[in-house]
Amino acid sequence: MAFESFADFLAMGKHGFYVWSAYGISAFLIIASMVLALRGQGQVRQTLARQQRRAELDAEVNDESRT
Amino acid sequence: MVWQTIKRWYHMLGSPRYFYTFSSLVLPWLTPIALVTLLTGLVWGLGFAPSDYQQGNSYRIIFIHVPASSGALMGYMALGVAGLVAVVWRMKMAEVMLKAIAPFGAALAAISLVTGALWGKPTWGTYWQWDARMTSMLILLFMYVGVIALQNVIRDPRQAARAAGLLAMVGVINVIIVKYSVEWVQTLHQGSTLKLFGESTINPAMKYPLLISMLGLWLLYAVNVLMRARTEVMWRERRSKWVAKLVTRPEKGEQ
Repeated sequence: MAFESFADFLAMGKHGFYVWSAYGISAFLIIASMVLALRGQGQVRQTLARQQRRAELDAEVNDESRT
Repeated sequence: MVWQTIKRWYHMLGSPRYFYTFSSLVLPWLTPIALVTLLTGLVWGLGFAPSDYQQGNSYRIIFIHVPASSGALMGYMALGVAGLVAVVWRMKMAEVMLKAIAPFGAALAAISLVTGALWGKPTWGTYWQWDARMTSMLILLFMYVGVIALQNVIRDPRQAARAAGLLAMVGVINVIIVKYSVEWVQTLHQGSTLKLFGESTINPAMKYPLLISMLGLWLLYAVNVLMRARTEVMWRERRSKWVAKLVTRPEKGEQ
């Protein structure tokens, strides 16, 4: 460990502000991009499933009106 | 031999369906490996690497700054290649990749700029300087944003890919400027201490955590690209039977 204590680690010499805000902003951007990628996947899946269900319902209705 | 392997890969991964299956197999492994590698590198760099004799602890920003910057540059090179293939050969998967590579690259370019500024203040005494390295990096971020925006603005996906592909190709010149700006012209930014060929001038106790975080972030970039590409493939192939089957098989509780 390069630091004496946890308080030391947080202080980063006198540069705690710079180091931790750099890592904080980086973490935020990386996590946001991962979450958006995941959400996009779910959304497309949901939209396609919904379209499919609607198509099936339409087909059923058409069948009934024919008979 | 090598050429044939490349050709085979090109044709296999060029098929959207094959790509989807392939990425389903890769992602469950790649994701945890990427996360563990990145966290190992960062914890090592932040907590265990020695402090710098000139900069003290502010230099620890390097463990995210350099991986993010190199990732943004490499990502853009990949974007340029995808653009070339999409424009010249109209390959579907290249169009998909054009869309999948850009967002994380833009995030990395932004991280590079922000962490660079936060590192510059305690080291150089200023957050920002309009010099060659920083300005060209800002342009890189704009190129990424431009590629994303073009794809969102143009309705027809094939047309959008052509426009975005052209922009991606042109922007490769800027990547070269970013890379060599520290050697060609006077800038505040230091030259690279990590060298692929020849002796690196960075202390090994700092080099290893840096290389590990770099690898970790690059792998995470790959994960992000695969995830986004899968979404795009699914959407583009939505009228095909295999996607229809995939959607009906309820994986999680359907709403």
